[in-house]
Amino acid sequence: MTEQSVVEETHVQDPHDAGEERSLASDAWRAMRKNPLFWISAVMITVFVLMAAFPSLFTSTSPNQPVLAEARSLPGDGTWFGRDFQGYDIYARCIYGARASILVGLFTTIGTVLVGGVIGVMSGYLGGWVDSLLSRIGDVFFAIPLLLGAIIFLVSLPGFFDSNYLLIVLKVVLALVVLGWPSLARLMRSSVIQVKPNDYVQAARALGASPARVIGSHILPNALAPMIVVATINLGAYIAAEATLSFLGIGLQYPAISWGIDISSAIIGLRTTPHMLFFPGLFLSLAVLAFIMLGDAVRDALDPKSR
Amino acid sequence: MPEVVLSAQDLVKHYPIKKGVLRRTVGHVKAVDGVSFDLHKGETLGIVGESGCGKSTLGRLLMRLEEPTAGSVSFEGQDFSGASARDTRRLRRNIQIVFQDPYTSLNPRMTVGDIVGEPFEIHTDVVPKGGRRKRVQELLDLVGLNPEHINRYPHQFSGGQRQRIGIARGIALNPRVLICDEPVSALDVSVQAQVVNLMEKLQDELGLAYVFIAHDLSVVRHISDRVGVMYLGRMAELGEEDEIYARPTHPYTQALLSAVPVPDPTLRGKREQIVLEGDVPSPANPPSGCRFHTRCWKVQDRCREVEPELELREDGAGRHMSACHFAEPRVIVETTDVSDQKHDDRFASSDVEDLSDAGAGMGSEGGGETTDSPDASVAARAEAMDGDRHVGEDPVRISEDPSEGERPR
Repeated sequence: MTEQSVVEETHVQDPHDAGEERSLASDAWRAMRKNPLFWISAVMITVFVLMAAFPSLFTSTSPNQPVLAEARSLPGDGTWFGRDFQGYDIYARCIYGARASILVGLFTTIGTVLVGGVIGVMSGYLGGWVDSLLSRIGDVFFAIPLLLGAIIFLVSLPGFFDSNYLLIVLKVVLALVVLGWPSLARLMRSSVIQVKPNDYVQAARALGASPARVIGSHILPNALAPMIVVATINLGAYIAAEATLSFLGIGLQYPAISWGIDISSAIIGLRTTPHMLFFPGLFLSLAVLAFIMLGDAVRDALDPKSR
Repeated sequence: MPEVVLSAQDLVKHYPIKKGVLRRTVGHVKAVDGVSFDLHKGETLGIVGESGCGKSTLGRLLMRLEEPTAGSVSFEGQDFSGASARDTRRLRRNIQIVFQDPYTSLNPRMTVGDIVGEPFEIHTDVVPKGGRRKRVQELLDLVGLNPEHINRYPHQFSGGQRQRIGIARGIALNPRVLICDEPVSALDVSVQAQVVNLMEKLQDELGLAYVFIAHDLSVVRHISDRVGVMYLGRMAELGEEDEIYARPTHPYTQALLSAVPVPDPTLRGKREQIVLEGDVPSPANPPSGCRFHTRCWKVQDRCREVEPELELREDGAGRHMSACHFAEPRVIVETTDVSDQKHDDRFASSDVEDLSDAGAGMGSEGGGETTDSPDASVAARAEAMDGDRHVGEDPVRISEDPSEGERPR
């Protein structure tokens, strides 16, 4: 009887049984549109992207115009978020800082997902000596401490990379991708190994499916969920790592503005002027939260069982 | 004898056991160790044996999901052990597989339409692009599922319905041979009957030949024309269904059959049960000579030294293949062949059309799903319950019929 009621229930939920042809992608999009989490995160991300692209839409104050007389003033004393040690307007700096932080966070995440994902799928699916080789290479990179590795990497890059803003960002992204991909590759490898022996993968092989089809339509959709979660959480970690590098003077350089730079410099006044730390930290947290929520919404939408 | 569609010659599959840092091979698990048989057109060959005897590995070898260590499989006389990728792909159309576990054999992230339609995506020349969806719906209809459910996901179906989806995928390319790797052992008994009946119906309609791998002797007897009994990677006995069940000559088969519960209280205590001692030896280090000699009550010195060939041996009424030096028939349980008898109306009947059986399955598993009004839903449910009572040829119910109680289960 339980089985019967379950089926009846799903019938109610699913009135378009014989409608047009549907696939996972269209169903996922349909499910995502109904998810408030998706809309909240989409709105937040849109705001942050606008902030990164057109900061002047949000503030008319220049982030590089210090008013030393009002340095360390509290929020409300003439500015919304107060001023920092140099007398810069913290609100303006939060707005202008979005560009560097979001570019670094997003590109590093995309980069690590692509590199780590491809290598993880290859070693998990092919196994054998390919797996051993790729895993050992990953271990080598894994063993390098992030900061130490990034310092060496960034210092040894040719001066060409310092010529314009995008290249500087790209430099930091490269350093973080080179050192960050092994964790995602390991994650992907383990979920591929978990999915691969399933009967539906064997059934596809028995039908004569090519490896590309087996991976594309059977293994990837079922192995992607952990990667989405970890990658979106990492996005925040990469923004923070960028801040650390900037703080050490090898990432983004003055006069570049980023949340990370502001957070690092505000740490000195943690007890006396916490607002300097609070506002860039808030922006960073909200941006990370938005991407994590988007990741969650995508993961839920890709799982038919959670609909 | 109809033509041979699938033939296995001395199939061997050894898995290396690796140990140590250097992954040195220290031995081999002899999962399948020299199995030969022919499968004829439209025939069902049942393969039985206990867990770990190599049944499933045999199925995967026939399916070419694993490369055999030695031996060959040929389809319609064409050996495809060394076939090119292109030839293998073509051969795959003719041999398909139905898996044991309906919960892992369907991709949870694909709709039923995509799952059953995938064979057409891979073999694009079978059905033109525009007609695929319609063909998928026909297939769903053929296996007794509602074609309207094409956009549903596997988790929205019950175990029996999922297995029907797996069967629909298996027969999509019109194969000649369907390898069924324990297709009903994960299902509960009433659903087993529906799926087995569906498979028999499909065999009649499509002329399929089945290799039916199972450990349930009753189900195998019900569906099989011929039966092979496996022990520790080798075929112990192979013959017509009657020869194996009524006149088994190999001691292992006799012991196996004596363990089948007979749901007839009057036979209690009268039946002889052969209880084997010890465990199945490790397939990594099988016994010399006859593999069964460590547990056999007839064991002689010869058994320990000479491996008995699977060859025709006397079984009392005729001859069938058995691999025992001292093969002799032994009646385990008196059985009567009831397949030609007229059924008592009061009991389960085999005259019930299979479609109503399939409908009953739909009713009990997903009752009311096609109905719109409350009245129709009540009627459908009544019909479903009615159908349940008349499930035809249900292997368990038949034996509950007192007039046929001697049939071994």
